[in-house]
Amino acid sequence: MADTKRPSGAAVQKDLSMDLQKKMIADHYLALQNSKAEGRKSVYTFVPGNLTELIRSFDLLPVLPEINALQSGMRGLSAGYIAEAEKAGHSEDVCTYVKCDLGMLKKGNISPTGTQLPDPDLLLLSYTGCFTFMKWFELLREEYGAPTSMLHVPYQSNGTIQEHQIEYVVDQLKTEVIPKLEKISGKKFDEGRLAEMLELSARAEDDLVWVLESAKNVPSPIDAYFGGVYYIGPMFTAFRGTPEAVDYYAALRREIEERLRRKQGPVTPEGEAKNERFRLVVEGPPNWTSFRAFWKMFYDEGAVVVASSYTKVGGLYDRGFRHDPSRPLQSLAEYCLGCYTNLGLPSRVDLLASYVREYNAHGFLINSVKSCNSFSAGQLLILRQIEERTGVPGGFIESDLVDPRYFSSANIKNRIESYLQMLEQKGRTEARA
Amino acid sequence: MKSWKIYVGIDLGSTTTKAVILDQNQRVLGKGITNSRSNYDVAAAIARSEAIVQARFSLLRSFVRDHETLVQVTDKVLPVLELSFRFQQYLEQLGRLQTELHRAASSSRYENRQSELERLVDLIVDEMAVRMKEAFVPGHERKSDFFRDLAGAEYMKLAEDHASKNGIGFEELCGLYDAAILPVENTAGKTGFIENIQSALASTVSRLAEDPSWTPRIETELRACVSEGAQAQLEEIATVGTGYGRARLPFPREQIRSEILCHGLGAHEMFPGTATVLDIGGQDTKAIQVDENGIVTSFQMNDRCAAGCGRYLGYIADEMNLGLHELGPLAQQARKKVKISSTCTVFAGAELRDRLSMGQRREDILAGLHRAIILRAMSLLARSGGVDDEFTFTGGVARNPAAVAAVERLIAENYGERTINISPDSIYTGALGAALFAKKGGRDAHEFKRN
Repeated sequence: MADTKRPSGAAVQKDLSMDLQKKMIADHYLALQNSKAEGRKSVYTFVPGNLTELIRSFDLLPVLPEINALQSGMRGLSAGYIAEAEKAGHSEDVCTYVKCDLGMLKKGNISPTGTQLPDPDLLLLSYTGCFTFMKWFELLREEYGAPTSMLHVPYQSNGTIQEHQIEYVVDQLKTEVIPKLEKISGKKFDEGRLAEMLELSARAEDDLVWVLESAKNVPSPIDAYFGGVYYIGPMFTAFRGTPEAVDYYAALRREIEERLRRKQGPVTPEGEAKNERFRLVVEGPPNWTSFRAFWKMFYDEGAVVVASSYTKVGGLYDRGFRHDPSRPLQSLAEYCLGCYTNLGLPSRVDLLASYVREYNAHGFLINSVKSCNSFSAGQLLILRQIEERTGVPGGFIESDLVDPRYFSSANIKNRIESYLQMLEQKGRTEARA
Repeated sequence: MKSWKIYVGIDLGSTTTKAVILDQNQRVLGKGITNSRSNYDVAAAIARSEAIVQARFSLLRSFVRDHETLVQVTDKVLPVLELSFRFQQYLEQLGRLQTELHRAASSSRYENRQSELERLVDLIVDEMAVRMKEAFVPGHERKSDFFRDLAGAEYMKLAEDHASKNGIGFEELCGLYDAAILPVENTAGKTGFIENIQSALASTVSRLAEDPSWTPRIETELRACVSEGAQAQLEEIATVGTGYGRARLPFPREQIRSEILCHGLGAHEMFPGTATVLDIGGQDTKAIQVDENGIVTSFQMNDRCAAGCGRYLGYIADEMNLGLHELGPLAQQARKKVKISSTCTVFAGAELRDRLSMGQRREDILAGLHRAIILRAMSLLARSGGVDDEFTFTGGVARNPAAVAAVERLIAENYGERTINISPDSIYTGALGAALFAKKGGRDAHEFKRN
């Protein structure tokens, strides 16, 4: 099958919320381009455990390298960047987000939308489980010579957040992160301003959770994976705590409420998916370089993803966490501790098994990422345990984040079709029994 | 005129295309196989028509058994009739080969030698027709049923003889064959069952006329049965396609099933006690778990790379200048264990040459290569949920005795005693499963709803 970025024939369907988001992203890249001229500073940081409100409370601009990498992947730029990084000596087995980012830097640090990205004034590493992040920022520090701030978030070894862990993270925020942010911004930490932002965050988070949980309806009005990656966009990237994010999520919620009222299925690039035949829970990020072709393999077969772990890497809001303006730093600490990436295997299994039940899923599918050494490990164990606990059949496919060489379209399509037919056959047998 | 309801399953594999025809009672009436080559449409048509031929012979056999007079001579008559029929098919293909050889010889590069080449080609083809007649008599074992293999071997032998005698290079004659065989393979035969069976009947009658048990009454009844078999209406109720090329089949979506499901169901049909299926095909290795009804409960397939599949053996056979079917028997003569990597087919080829140059025996190396393939399969089996009793091994590689021996050993080492099933028809497992789906009715594919 040809790797079509856009299914031929019809124009891609877009909702108001998508236009809003597009504008937010474009404006943000523009602000980054103009930042040096306007005297604004930038902080590079990662999605899981991001401290966006804290960064913005100092009037600093966040830059998210993973988002740049995935956007480059979606826009067909990653292959060239990865080749550039490999020329510089990075192995084939290195995380392709890292190589894509380094390649982009080597080629002049032009953002996926074509604007100039500023060099970092600070590398703020909020460490929430991905050990590659540390190496990534070591490389960026080497390239830019920028100061680094490391927030160590302890791993949730027994699946719960302990009071002493919160204190440990808050202490680092006070003694390590905030002083560095004060230094580069030249501003004093303003807890009141942070609290105001956190209040906005919580409002947007309420709406995001409502949207994600709308997938419990049959048929689901959303696809919580392929559509979900758009829905989490503003929340997981540079916009948490901004009025724009509040407006975006309010608009998105209205759209989904309307879809639900009309009993409509999810919006796909080819219009509404009308025939929900399979409800799936998916673990692992999507492939970005063939995102639309990958999605099409699902909606062509009537498969809708009703819940996914990838849409939780930037926060498990659907499990009750909200940013709390009444205890700003503690709340940021709890947020970091509770990220999906900071959970151990038993907690990940618990979460995914509960999704299968709560969202009334027919199947559980893992898209394992070839170059991810942090989170692909243990996925087969997860698969077996979910099968045992829930009785739904598991499926396993492998691709990659942004290296197009690892997306073998015919093979992946074959496996997805086989898996869905297996679900179909099982469903039919059960219906007869 | 009688009519029979039939259900067809077609498995478009990367190496071969298979067709299976079932009757109303789920009995296998006919099977057909052909090289997939680059043209799946033709491969499907050829495998299907081959299965139809077999189905007609099955019917013919049942008619013959119903005749009191004929039933006594069944064992004598039917094999001769069927082989004469095959010979007719062979002659028809040979005729097409001759035409294509002439076409190839008319290429401008042979400008000065065209007539000499044509003369030689005619000589070779005539001799092939005579010599191959002996291959189509009862008791003669043919190495392959594929025209390419049968004709190729004979042509090369004769080309070698004639080339030396006539001053035309052997290489030139080989070049003609290479150019001619593809179009022959890529077009389906024109003559149908009726034409070929009539010629076959005539030659059967003349061959058996001398036999003491032969009587005019037998001849009359045989002619009647053959005519009944040739004219029987085969009413195709449903067809289901599977395999890698299934998207190419001109069927609606709901008539296409994944090969995973088809292999699971086919293996269950062959061996009802099947719990785990391992299928090693040309470019896929599949580990499948099925329930007591043959319904797939979990599966794993090789990802990103097809090292360790059937093509790996094909590549090794080419590297060693051996036929694919020769690898297994050679490997079984191994005396010691040689470890070979299976992560990359091309590297394995390099390893092979390296070990040969170090003086290691080719039998030992081949045994190592077979073990390497099965070790990869073991990892998929483990990922899919292990090996339960009973275990059914399918796919082209299941016909390789060294691969089977490695499977038996590694399963015993890792899972203990298991019943291991291998059918001589294992290559048809996917097509059988597809035919069973056709019988069950592909039409309810859209009815799936969670209860």
